[in-house]
Amino acid sequence: MTTTSAKPSPAMPGGPRPRAAIAAKTLRTDRWWLPSLLSGGGFGLFVLYTGIRCFFIQESFWVEQYHYLTPVFSPCISEKCPDNASDLGQWLPASLPFFIPLPILTLGILTVFRLTCYYYRKMYYRAYFMSPPGCAVNEPAKKYSGETRFPLIFQNIHRYGWWLACGLLMINTWDAVRAFHGADGDVAGGFGIGLGTLIIWGNLVMLWGYSVSCHACRHITGGRLKHFSRHPVRYWLWTKVSKLNAKHMEFAWASLFSVIITDVYIMSVSAGWITDLRIFN
Amino acid sequence: MGTDRHFRVWRGNEAGGELKDYQVEVNEGEVALDVLHRIQATEEPDLAVRWNCKAGKCGSCSCEINGKPRLACMTRMSTFEETETVTVTPIRTFPIVRDLVTDVSFNYAKALAMPAFKPPGELAPGEYRMQQVDIERSQEFRKCIECFLCQTICHVIRDHEENKEAFSGPRLFIRAAELDMHPLDARSDREEFAQAAQGLGLCNITKCCTEVCPEHIKITDNAIIAMKERVVDERFDPLVRLGRKIFRRDRRQPASTK
Ligand code: SF4
Ligand code: SF4
Ligand code: FES
Ligand code: FES
Repeated sequence: MTTTSAKPSPAMPGGPRPRAAIAAKTLRTDRWWLPSLLSGGGFGLFVLYTGIRCFFIQESFWVEQYHYLTPVFSPCISEKCPDNASDLGQWLPASLPFFIPLPILTLGILTVFRLTCYYYRKMYYRAYFMSPPGCAVNEPAKKYSGETRFPLIFQNIHRYGWWLACGLLMINTWDAVRAFHGADGDVAGGFGIGLGTLIIWGNLVMLWGYSVSCHACRHITGGRLKHFSRHPVRYWLWTKVSKLNAKHMEFAWASLFSVIITDVYIMSVSAGWITDLRIFN
Repeated sequence: MGTDRHFRVWRGNEAGGELKDYQVEVNEGEVALDVLHRIQATEEPDLAVRWNCKAGKCGSCSCEINGKPRLACMTRMSTFEETETVTVTPIRTFPIVRDLVTDVSFNYAKALAMPAFKPPGELAPGEYRMQQVDIERSQEFRKCIECFLCQTICHVIRDHEENKEAFSGPRLFIRAAELDMHPLDARSDREEFAQAAQGLGLCNITKCCTEVCPEHIKITDNAIIAMKERVVDERFDPLVRLGRKIFRRDRRQPASTK
């Protein structure tokens, strides 16, 4: 972009004044496009996987023997779910119109939550909207209104997504507790641990890490206060959340991959492609 | 010990300009500003470049080196390959004066438009008492050296001159956050001001400002996102407003900490 065509801007001192006439879109010599390529590609793969899984492979989400339920289909609230997997009841019919995925509730909440996440916003604005494609790299769009208008003004509902996701997380935690289930109900009261249990717990930790490190959570726990000294408990919480918050991007990616890994593992066990590695019972 | 390096420096003014080539000696331990000064001393006595402290503390020597906004005095020559061409241009977002010098008065105009600290009514000067935990967040933003690298890299105005009127930029967002988080500031309309007059909503939190800040201020995480969340409290979240009404509790307690 040649930046000499500055429009008059009455509020600005000096009025319309040309910038240095430099035509190059960027003079950066490093591979500024690489991070966006990787993150955009990685996220695209995740969307593709979840899409295929939720629309076209609506089975193999539950392992009866060990009580493994994949996080993608939790809570399982359709009549298609095995009784043991639907602790919250079955209020959706077994067959839904093709355009509604079976885990509609889960998918809906996660979409709202992750798409309005401050980190993912940064990632997809850069990688998909090219706004900007990289730092100090010219943005191709002629007009820009940021998050001031419809639809992007709705990014401001992020905290509601967070509350909903916290609800989902409770359910995931319950699922993880139930995953301590052994095949033989007479041994140790039906207790058991397998590789699946560990994977489910690993995923749970990542999901908790992602949600607790959220910027909205940081704000709610203490960020909105003016006087920390008057709220020692909330201040303490805020300092902990702030520590995790610095790692929010890492949690965002780790939890994305851990969900896929957990889902693939449970699908494979459930479909009988592999057998769960049992540690106890 | 010196090596011979290839530099390209933008020379020109309002009427136009171009990148000019220089072969120049670089010695161990030197920074880009030293090399610009050598060009000035040996070849181009009229090369315009602003500098002051040579210690990364005055914020005068901001320019763009190989396309990245940086402080020339903090850019070590050892970070470039010996064979690498080093291109130095003025910061792009502001009107050019000459060569590497730009007119950054945009930033001062925006600072002037920002309501200053409002002293708490019930305290006389000299009676202010603050606790460290309460002032800590604001202190991070006081580290700013006003180099305006964050302002020049921000695509909102870098790529859209027309947004300059509505948008104050990251440097002023940290100022807004500093005052809004200040335990004794008596104003309660800073969110409204940030959103309506500073153009906080134009920022899409893509974090280039944070990446470029030489003081490593976490501009986006600690100021912009924090302010965005506060704006949500004020403007967009009906439940927060309801909650405040019902419990008669909000964070806007009187400023006094006596
Ligand atoms: S995070 Fe916001 S203020 Fe900072 S550079 Fe990006 S758009 Fe500009
Ligand atoms: S916030 Fe950082 S980059 Fe921006 S003007 Fe201050 S010191 Fe420079
Ligand atoms: S900021 Fe990423 S989940 Fe809230
Ligand atoms: S000369 Fe002062 S910051 Fe570079």
